[in-house]
Amino acid sequence: MACSAHGVAVVMRAASQMLEEHRVELSTLDREIGDGDHGENMNRGFGALVAALERDAPDSPGGVLKLVATTLISKVGGAAGPLYGTAFLRAATAVKDASELDAGLVAKALRAALDGVIARGKAERGDKTMVDALLPAVQAAEEAAERGEDVPVLLRVAADAAAEGADSTVLVLARKGRASYLGERSIGHMDPGARSTALLLRTFADVASGAR
Amino acid sequence: MTTRVGLVLVSHSKRLAEGVAELAAQMAPDVAVIAAGGDGDGGLGTDYAIVAGAAVEADSGAGVVVLYDLGSARMVADMVAEDAEEGQVVVVDAPLVEGAVAAAVSAQGGAGLAVVARAAGGAAPGAPNPPARPSLRLVTNASRLDVVLTNEVGLHARPSALLARTVAGLDADVVVRFGGEEADATSVLALMALGARGGAHIEVVASGKDADEALRRVEELAERGFDG
Repeated sequence: MACSAHGVAVVMRAASQMLEEHRVELSTLDREIGDGDHGENMNRGFGALVAALERDAPDSPGGVLKLVATTLISKVGGAAGPLYGTAFLRAATAVKDASELDAGLVAKALRAALDGVIARGKAERGDKTMVDALLPAVQAAEEAAERGEDVPVLLRVAADAAAEGADSTVLVLARKGRASYLGERSIGHMDPGARSTALLLRTFADVASGAR
Repeated sequence: MTTRVGLVLVSHSKRLAEGVAELAAQMAPDVAVIAAGGDGDGGLGTDYAIVAGAAVEADSGAGVVVLYDLGSARMVADMVAEDAEEGQVVVVDAPLVEGAVAAAVSAQGGAGLAVVARAAGGAAPGAPNPPARPSLRLVTNASRLDVVLTNEVGLHARPSALLARTVAGLDADVVVRFGGEEADATSVLALMALGARGGAHIEVVASGKDADEALRRVEELAERGFDG
């Protein structure tokens, strides 16, 4: 199974719905170690994305990803805007003008997104950021693509790895962003960016496998 | 009018950006100093569209230096620089207030983008000192002048900015000596670092084609009590 432009748009609409459901949870996580608006910001950004897709849905997966990027950059505040914006922009660039995304292209897009986030945020694994969720997800996705798995399986293993990665941020001391100013007090709370990354990948996987 | 390098100040707070812009603009009346603060909805945050718009507004063709306050402000600034025409927008890691003042004065003097960026970056704590200058004692045709600072604050921010501006456009190498130290007269921060207060005697040494004109202007400025 491969993923068309329409498929990517469906995934993004589902992501928007998911973020509405998890808006309070993400903002609560962010209130503990950040400025408390991650859920609001993500919900606003993806809400604007759904409206943009209604107006004019691009006809290639890369085009949809680019629309995601530009919308999130301008509508999501805080560090999440430039970070997710860069991630989707790099993903769009990685898939070029392919009309459908197979497992190899999805893995490539995820890798490009990770590289973009690392370049933009200058974070490493273990800094208690979204990299802690995205990096293991990319590794799992690449292994799945090499094994010849299809897109739904690739996204499922990526989502599993991201969830585990997000969980791992609970016990870690923050070294980046607002949370880093809290020092030891940042321990014991999950990083909201890692959580939203894990939630997004879970949604992508659920849609791809028909579970959502 | 010559085109000057513009300045964009990115802050999470609209009022902070505007305040710093006000301060920097006072030192550099002909420089476009654009505040890009807040999330666009009246709250704290940074907004890509606001920063990108400010970069366009600040650019008269000579390029733009962007300074920022915290975390995501840097990311937004970096994105704007990447999306701008190559090399036209430079993001500088420097303390916002000191960097803005140093950059604004440098731009006012007509310096190019790289020099203005360096002037701003030179305001960073721990930044390398400006390259060692050849001792003027070896310059045979140097002119010198003793100046008494008759104004109350001495070489504080605004007088330093005025002094830097008054010599910036000239073909002359001008240094100010005070208390055994010497500062490049085009560097506001170096002048301020001398700590010359009201009543102090400073020595101004100039060499180069416009050396005498530089000294004449400094003297005139001092006689006016650094009253811009």
